[in-house]
Amino acid sequence: MERYETGASIDGFELVERLPSGGMASLWRAKNPKFDFPLLLKIPFLDPGGDVSVILGFEAEELILKRLSGAHVPRYAASGNLATVPYIAMEFVTGIGLAEMTGRAPLPPDEVARIGGEIAKALAALHRQKVVHLDLKPENIILAERGAVLLDFGLARHAELPDLLGEESSVPMGTAAYISPEQVLGERSDPASDLFALGCILYQLATGEEPFGRPATFAGMKRRLYHAPKPPRDFDKAIPRWLEAIILRCMEVDRSRRYGEAAHVLSDLRNPDQVVVALKRVPANKRAWDGIRNLFRRTDEKSLVGKPAGSAARAGPPIVLAAVDLANGSDALAGEVLNETARVLAAREDSWLACVTVLKTEIVGNTPSVDESGRLVYLQRLVALKDWARSLHLPEDRISYHVLEAVSPADAILNYAEHNDVGHIVVGARSSSAIRRHLGSVSTKVVARALCSVSVVRLKVIEEQRQLPP
Amino acid sequence: MRVAILSDIHANREAFDAVLEAVGKQAPDQLVLLGDLVGYGPDPVYVVEKAADLVEGGAFCIKGNHDEAVAVSPNGMTENARTAIEWTRERLAAKHFDFLARLPLSLRSEDRLYVHASAERPEKWLYIRDMDAAERCLSASDARFIFCGHTHIPAIYYALPGSRPIHFSPLDNVAAPLSALRRHLIVVGAVGQPRDRNPAACFALLDTSRHEVTMVRVPYDYEETARKVQASGLPTWLGMRLKIGR
Repeated sequence: MERYETGASIDGFELVERLPSGGMASLWRAKNPKFDFPLLLKIPFLDPGGDVSVILGFEAEELILKRLSGAHVPRYAASGNLATVPYIAMEFVTGIGLAEMTGRAPLPPDEVARIGGEIAKALAALHRQKVVHLDLKPENIILAERGAVLLDFGLARHAELPDLLGEESSVPMGTAAYISPEQVLGERSDPASDLFALGCILYQLATGEEPFGRPATFAGMKRRLYHAPKPPRDFDKAIPRWLEAIILRCMEVDRSRRYGEAAHVLSDLRNPDQVVVALKRVPANKRAWDGIRNLFRRTDEKSLVGKPAGSAARAGPPIVLAAVDLANGSDALAGEVLNETARVLAAREDSWLACVTVLKTEIVGNTPSVDESGRLVYLQRLVALKDWARSLHLPEDRISYHVLEAVSPADAILNYAEHNDVGHIVVGARSSSAIRRHLGSVSTKVVARALCSVSVVRLKVIEEQRQLPP
Repeated sequence: MRVAILSDIHANREAFDAVLEAVGKQAPDQLVLLGDLVGYGPDPVYVVEKAADLVEGGAFCIKGNHDEAVAVSPNGMTENARTAIEWTRERLAAKHFDFLARLPLSLRSEDRLYVHASAERPEKWLYIRDMDAAERCLSASDARFIFCGHTHIPAIYYALPGSRPIHFSPLDNVAAPLSALRRHLIVVGAVGQPRDRNPAACFALLDTSRHEVTMVRVPYDYEETARKVQASGLPTWLGMRLKIGR
């Protein structure tokens, strides 16, 4: 095969500087006047008689990367014919490699949650584009100014493309330290596999230890089906319970107990006070005993990892934000917002509700909750919000409550929605009035600016009322 | 280069017209009719004459087993199919028989092979319904792309030298990638009698520069076709199945 030197040119890309790389491909900084962003060229090592999986992984990466967009992946530039001049040209992403951060672990819990949130946000964006990464690890994550950027889609899977790589191989593909139990068993289609890897990364950032080490054999990788890692707080009691709960829920072997959505992990990392922490931790000897019992009782390993959330379950939005105005108590409009929220949640069993109400403050920076009376107003509103949602009968881990204090309710709702990757907003609209038309209503602004679907709920205007002269 | 491939039209005028309209909007460089112009459906004369016009205009047309059965003899067919063949024969004229009889069993154009059933002995009308059949079809030709119809169920088989072909069910209206490393067997869905539970007519659109092939679905008025089947005295099931796509 051809070996390239600095200064060589491939399809108009000039190789500027060779970068350190792994064993699959060489990496080059490159120049091409046709593209206005810094470029990286990835050229696979294709030695005659070499490992065929190199070229198959390269093919998978090319197919998937060129279909991806957004801030959380490198921009695709071009690619060469695999049979003649194989290369992928993409954006050179500047930032801090996560591998560098894991080298400094354990990190403070706030820092772990912040980094975890960035990665969860990137995963949510990836999964929305129907792609599962399947090889998430610190080496494949860059913390850039624009957020986390995921690299290397050589093992990734696109739900609408043939799995040319997976069908060709029967051995589990992934990185031993982070591979999910269902991937160990050969399954390559569930976004929850990336959340398992995220859990392993958070574990490592919080404790400084890899939860499963780096087993070199298939049997070694399979151990994670039976043996749970030592809980993070066994390393350091300074790790908060909520963070431990999030990490362990990411790392559940049974997918019916694991997070199903990156957006849900993101939301929990951003709202630690809403995380459901089990009252009693399972004692270590009980866990070991469960492992041994599973070893004997379960003959079918597939049943240990549970079923992936099917496509039918993914029909609706994962996170629903219900914005309700309780300034004057729970009125008819609040009741109708509740009804609509119930309908949206019913579309999807694993959806999850964030109830939001806004406490209007007059001046920025002077929040009423700082003084005693303000604190009381805040608590009253929280109680009212919980009471409003009570009839939905959602289990604790499907619902969270947020009293936001803000000058502009619309901005507060929009900001929350964007920050927590909300999939659908339900908001009420008061009936039209001259002043409302003039100033613009909350719902109008939410509809105009939201990055997701919005249901606007309005009470049906009674015919006689409408016919009255203004 | 872009190629539209239409297979298994089966004398379904409504489906054929709807697909030709969709193809017209795509303005492909080449049109291929992949066989089984007739059989099952109520409009054999219309479809054969339209096909003859298209061939006049540069389209390729391959012979299918129903075309041969009408032109020669209905051997080895199901009862409904045979009834429809007899019905069709009574309605066609000499020039139609002549057109069908002269159609080639397969046709090679650059790196693409077009054949109705399988490249493995095309005259045997073998079905490509599994990996083994796909493997035998692929080994019967060195073309990079083999296009077949006959099963009425869209499929793509990706073949890498030295390993078993990989089966993929292409999604409706979503481009499936073609690989520079592999050979491909593309089983095109049916225009006139889809059997993959989707009653919409199907044709394949190949784009060689984008390295993609798409199974394009075109909804058409199958109620009308079913009504004609009923009115013409053809077996009722032949109309029913159009409504449920099987």
